[in-house]
Amino acid sequence: MTTTVPPAERADAGPPSLRRSALAPRRRITNRIAMVLITLALVIAVVPLAWVTISVLARGLEIMSWQFLTEDIPNSYRRHGPGMAPAIVGTFLITGAAALLAVPLGIFGAIYLNEYGKQRPLAQVIRTMADVMTGVPSIVMGLFIYTVVVVVTGEQTGFAGALALACLMLPIVIRSSEEILRLVPDDLRQASLALGARQWRTILTVVLPAAISGIASGALLAIARAAGETAPLVATIGIAFTVNPNLFSGQNTALPAQIFRNASQPFEGAQERAWGAALTLVVIVFVFTVVARVVVSRFAIKER
Amino acid sequence: MSDPFTPRAQADGGREPQAPAAAQAGAGPQLHLAPPATASEAQDKEQRRESLPPVMELRDVSVFYGDFEAVRDTDLPIGHNHITAMIGPSGCGKSTILRALNRMNDLIPGARVSGKVTFHGQDIYASEVDPIQIRRRIGMVFQKPNPFPKSIYDNIAYGLRINGLKGRLDDQVEQALTGAALWDEVKDKLKTSALALSGGQQQRLCIARAIAVQPEVILMDEPCSALDPISTGKIEDLMRQLTETYTIVIVTHNMQQAARVSHFTAFFTAEVDDRQVRHGRLVEFDDTDRIFTNPADDRTEAYVTGRFG
Amino acid sequence: MSTRTTKEEAARPALSGGSGGVRVERLFSWWTLATGLLVLAILALILITTTKQAWPALQDMGLRFITSSTWDPNPASGNPVFGSLAFIYGTAVSSLIALLIGVPISIGIALFLTELAPRRLRGSAVMVVDMLAAIPSVVFGLWGVLVLAPLLVHVYRWVHDVFAPVPGLNSIFGEPVGTGRSFMTAGVILAIMIIPIVTSISREVLSTVPQANKDAAFALGATQWEMITGAVFPHSFGGLVGAVMLGLGRAMGETIAVSLVIGGATNITPNVFAGGNSMAAVIVQQFGESTGTFTAALIGLGVVLFAMTVVINLAARLVVRRAEIRVRGAAT
Repeated sequence: MTTTVPPAERADAGPPSLRRSALAPRRRITNRIAMVLITLALVIAVVPLAWVTISVLARGLEIMSWQFLTEDIPNSYRRHGPGMAPAIVGTFLITGAAALLAVPLGIFGAIYLNEYGKQRPLAQVIRTMADVMTGVPSIVMGLFIYTVVVVVTGEQTGFAGALALACLMLPIVIRSSEEILRLVPDDLRQASLALGARQWRTILTVVLPAAISGIASGALLAIARAAGETAPLVATIGIAFTVNPNLFSGQNTALPAQIFRNASQPFEGAQERAWGAALTLVVIVFVFTVVARVVVSRFAIKER
Repeated sequence: MSDPFTPRAQADGGREPQAPAAAQAGAGPQLHLAPPATASEAQDKEQRRESLPPVMELRDVSVFYGDFEAVRDTDLPIGHNHITAMIGPSGCGKSTILRALNRMNDLIPGARVSGKVTFHGQDIYASEVDPIQIRRRIGMVFQKPNPFPKSIYDNIAYGLRINGLKGRLDDQVEQALTGAALWDEVKDKLKTSALALSGGQQQRLCIARAIAVQPEVILMDEPCSALDPISTGKIEDLMRQLTETYTIVIVTHNMQQAARVSHFTAFFTAEVDDRQVRHGRLVEFDDTDRIFTNPADDRTEAYVTGRFG
Repeated sequence: MSTRTTKEEAARPALSGGSGGVRVERLFSWWTLATGLLVLAILALILITTTKQAWPALQDMGLRFITSSTWDPNPASGNPVFGSLAFIYGTAVSSLIALLIGVPISIGIALFLTELAPRRLRGSAVMVVDMLAAIPSVVFGLWGVLVLAPLLVHVYRWVHDVFAPVPGLNSIFGEPVGTGRSFMTAGVILAIMIIPIVTSISREVLSTVPQANKDAAFALGATQWEMITGAVFPHSFGGLVGAVMLGLGRAMGETIAVSLVIGGATNITPNVFAGGNSMAAVIVQQFGESTGTFTAALIGLGVVLFAMTVVINLAARLVVRRAEIRVRGAAT
């Protein structure tokens, strides 16, 4: 039993003449404003991105030179002139060492989560805590390694910094590798197991090769992230003005640490070097990021 | 211009001045109905309804997705306050045509409609026409019940609120739920989640939600296909009641349902062209009785007698 | 059955024993489990060892460690005092500003990506967000202190002048510090840095809204914004809250960029244009010159920061997961 006014009566009032975009102005304006604001959000996000990139390029290029990349760091902040070689070498060595530690361990952890642990309670806990670990402030990682390594050995070394960065990278590699392993179709595993291969062999010879490009890409992104981290290094590596190729003895330095120190100095020479180091760092990070994306798009698992 | 939406409770405010009721643009094909056998009150009403021209009409309508012609050359009147059913095998364009009636196809990138779809004589695809206004007047109920994750009350209130009604909408909500034969079952739990209702109740809630904004036409896309037979029966009863007030177009896979509830039936089929591509096409449109007892086209007869489809 | 020949025997694979395979399998699975457990071990170790190292200072100060606003590591006479209230305040204020600015932008971008963007634009928009995430925080800090802060001072001065006669607001928008290094600047930089993570999680959440609900809203004659408020937001509210919490965690833990632009002053004031300090920033600023109890106190700050961010992150992940389950369960 309907009790509404039969629209038939209203229809007799004439064809609805209210269809010409005669939407209540309030609704039309609200919708328009909302759409504009949403688009504006993206535009607003582009502004700092462009601005930072331009600043780094412009000011970094001013001091960029071959000398900049190869000479030692002046040991007075007041001095003008180039030299960031120790930091560049330090960045490569320390980040490289961190990667050597974190990437294999992270991949094995991901293998546990996706191939063995799956949805079991312990695996769920590890998965959640790995996510939580990605949110731990990087300074805390630095303090942690300071406490267990630097205090114990009595000195700040490049290796301590590498350990701190590795702690930072580990959960990132685990989670991204796990995502990739999940994409590997189960049929591949079934085929291998059905032939009588054990799980470890299946994983190492069938699953990993299928996932390798995605995992590599994730690892490269984690390395790029670690290369840019400063806080874990502050407490662990000390400072150096000349190249120190020995990670296990003597203090060291890296690009982010140098940027940080020089940025807070009131001297122009130091600030110039900071921009130069920033440009170098951004280029390194950019290269790693681009390579990571290329790797994943060229060699990705083809979806059926 | 005043807000066009003036529900009964506020029936006094700002109505449009009445335009002459005569002279509807383009009468279109007449609806041939068998003359009533006995003269009862119900059939007087029926005769009054018959004399009104179709509320919507499709003339030579084709729907394209990009370059692909999904449905071609459809001519179809939609009778006022009647139920028109669209039947046919899968993939023959029934849902596509249905969605063309309230411009839901606009939401699919690359979709295009050629020909003329008129509502009270006006081409709804004309450039100055606002699809939002169309959809307020031509409502839709979907195959799988899709209530919002809100309370029963808020589901109904949503459509009312976006049309400018503020404050307490208890009366309108009750009206809509009564109209959908759901009021007695939910009147004590209006604030509980709509998702807690059974499938059949959810679908009736979706119908209530659609009629709350007082459309003239209700489009139903296989509304019972996800429901059990008892809920289906309830909704079919509801459909008959609703024709007192609304015009209904229903797409259904269930021939018996079409035979049970509809006054007119349109039979669609799919044609395969020389490149092995299927296109939908309207084969026959007539009174339901005639379609099911004495169809004009062989293909219709093959379908309704179960020989294919 | 014919007698087996030696050749057949040799060809038939040994079905029993296979000791090499089984032992390797067991070792391998235990090894992968161990690396997984490493995550838990590290987290536990962090908590234990840093607390132990910080104990001298924590024990000394007791609860005053977090309730006192006096931070005096090298007093002329008497014992050093380590009250970190000012830094907790600074962390809170700068994070709050970051959320106020960053969350609307992030949700806007997420809405753009899921509802508005034509397919072609979507890739470029995602790239913008990814590139924002790739810039090292120290570079943001450098740009913030040498480029942004000096410019923002002018903006702050103008705002200060505009609100000077308004009671209440004039203490929030007080006299700006000359260098521009202030709570506000830190908040702005943090906002930029939390955009990637809040956008990414929001986007995941928004994309789970079933098309059926969106269709229902459109079929009732809703405009696109009305559809978003009616069908999208109710569905994704819980998940969006989780995304915001993750942004909060990130903002609280950000160290380097903040320490360069927040000003380095131990200061509790409602004036957002004044200089202050945050927990993470003070650690990094003063660690180099610290010794003994001072170092322990800084590590203690690290412990407090660790505890807070772990709790927030955990709660956020659980909120997102619960919201996912609820809407997925309801949709079936």
